[in-house]
Amino acid sequence: MTALVIEQVLNGLQFGVMLFLMAAGLTLVFGVMGLINLAHGSLYMTGGFVCAWTAAQTGNFWVGLGAGVLAAAAAGAAIEVTVIRRLYARDHLDQVLATFALILIFSEGARLIFGASPLWLNVPQALDGTITLPGGAAYPLYRLAIIGVGLGVAAGLYLLIQRTRLGMQIRAGEADREMIGALGVDIATLYTLVFALGAGLAGLAGAMIGALQSVQVGMGEPVLILAFVVIVIGGIGSIRGALFGSVLVGLVDTLGRVTLPAGFGLFLPPSQAATVGGAVASMLIYVLMACILAVRPRGLFPAYA
Amino acid sequence: MPDVSREVVASLALLAALAAAALTAAALGEVYYINLASRIAIVALASVGLNLALGFGGMISFGHAAFFGLGGYVAGIAATHAIDGGAFAGVIPGTTWAIPIWGVAILLSAAVAVPIGLISLRTEGVYFIMITLAFAQMIYYFAISFPAYGGEDGLPIYVRSQLPLVRYGDPLVFFTVVFAWLVLVLLLMRMVLRARFGAALTMARLNPLRLATAGVAPFPVKLTAYVLSAAITGLAGALFADLNGFAGPSMLSWHRSGEIMVIVILGGVGRLAGPVAGAAALVLLEVAIGGYTQYWQFVLGVVLLLVVLFARGGLMGWLAGPPRHG
Repeated sequence: MTALVIEQVLNGLQFGVMLFLMAAGLTLVFGVMGLINLAHGSLYMTGGFVCAWTAAQTGNFWVGLGAGVLAAAAAGAAIEVTVIRRLYARDHLDQVLATFALILIFSEGARLIFGASPLWLNVPQALDGTITLPGGAAYPLYRLAIIGVGLGVAAGLYLLIQRTRLGMQIRAGEADREMIGALGVDIATLYTLVFALGAGLAGLAGAMIGALQSVQVGMGEPVLILAFVVIVIGGIGSIRGALFGSVLVGLVDTLGRVTLPAGFGLFLPPSQAATVGGAVASMLIYVLMACILAVRPRGLFPAYA
Repeated sequence: MPDVSREVVASLALLAALAAAALTAAALGEVYYINLASRIAIVALASVGLNLALGFGGMISFGHAAFFGLGGYVAGIAATHAIDGGAFAGVIPGTTWAIPIWGVAILLSAAVAVPIGLISLRTEGVYFIMITLAFAQMIYYFAISFPAYGGEDGLPIYVRSQLPLVRYGDPLVFFTVVFAWLVLVLLLMRMVLRARFGAALTMARLNPLRLATAGVAPFPVKLTAYVLSAAITGLAGALFADLNGFAGPSMLSWHRSGEIMVIVILGGVGRLAGPVAGAAALVLLEVAIGGYTQYWQFVLGVVLLLVVLFARGGLMGWLAGPPRHG
């Protein structure tokens, strides 16, 4: 029993951490530039495809991982310069539509380049094993590594934003973009950098997930929507909220899928309990989001900007 | 008022063109093109619904597929039970009569829109966009994971629904009915928007504080518009399922929400007949480009991007000039 609980909590944490990598970029871009970017899932997909393809060509996971992150960051910088920066002054409606158009372009582009069949990626040899949890269950090392990477990125982001000059400029950009422009900071470059940073994180998430599930067109969209749920729960623009929201959503979703069918089994016949429980579990995080927004319309950690 | 009449002329011309296209196709015996015209009219109707919330009320709903799909599932479930003799929730029997199906689709969409609106309208801006999306996803995942009505596979509709006196299954008759719905809804919306309610809704979008100061609470006005908007889109969903002989989760997906939204923007936000222009453009674009390449969505993305970046005001802005207020 304990082993099962620990295993599911770790699964939830791993899922949450993946969501954090997506949500961090989204919330950063929204906080600093006021932009709502639906195409963030496409950058995740870019990371996944480039990583899986490169790893297959070179036979080396780590080369693939680096290539995936770089490709996503480069793609992010490219769309920022060509399309996204024209949208900062527009309303959210135009941003939603333009980035929706980017999704169509990216998805069909990926189908054109990599073909319609999914790609697969093997877990790297160094991480291909299991660890025995307290309680006796074996847990895959790779998933633990993902949790580690995610927490590392969270710590790194915190240091970057709170302790470095770039971070100071990002925070200043959130508070008052005209003022930091007037102080001589090159706003356009700063925005491109922030966008590429978010894109790189999404690419990292996409590249890492490739070893757990297939890499295919459209893989970014479910994650994108969940990442939106996360940042809305956490408070749009707040990295702390994104971290908290990611872990919350990851745990609630994972544990809900395990416990709800069993829970309904207490007062429904088993076959019905499984269907009803499964159906309710798949809606659970949206229910959570609706409840949180009904009570706190600006999320749990509203950003001050 | 030259500009206003120009918009009316443009709108009537659009509708006339759609009807003429269907009649021409019928004269040539081209069933495919009659159904294409029906599809344009239905998709336009769904977008007319969203336009009421998005264009006139300023509520950027990214979840209207929920209502479109609900309407579709009403048609699907009614047809299923009409064949197997079962009953929904053990109480409501199936039917193949179109009128009760329409009624239930409209009422159900409106009834679901009330709680969604009550919660969502507490929020603003991006939060509203995201929470409407979340509600739609909730319904989408419920439909997918609940196997009683098809689950991921959806529900095939084996019998066309019927109307008294006419052969509803005939493509041209079906088009006529769908087209009549579109015209009727457009006329009703024109009436509603010209009444006090329309003025209140416009002010709720432009300056809610001023509306409140004038003694009208903005919240009920917006909620009413949102619920009406959902009911129209729900009706379109029921018609769409009947046209395709299928209701499934794809009608509920967020791509569908995006597509309905794209049509509204493409046609011109807050222009009464904008969705008709937008729907015709999108469906024709899909058919035309889809004939050349299987990657037609790539082209659609590029076109959409160019429209958003460079051609603001949409097709109605181009056909009928900038909107006139007052």
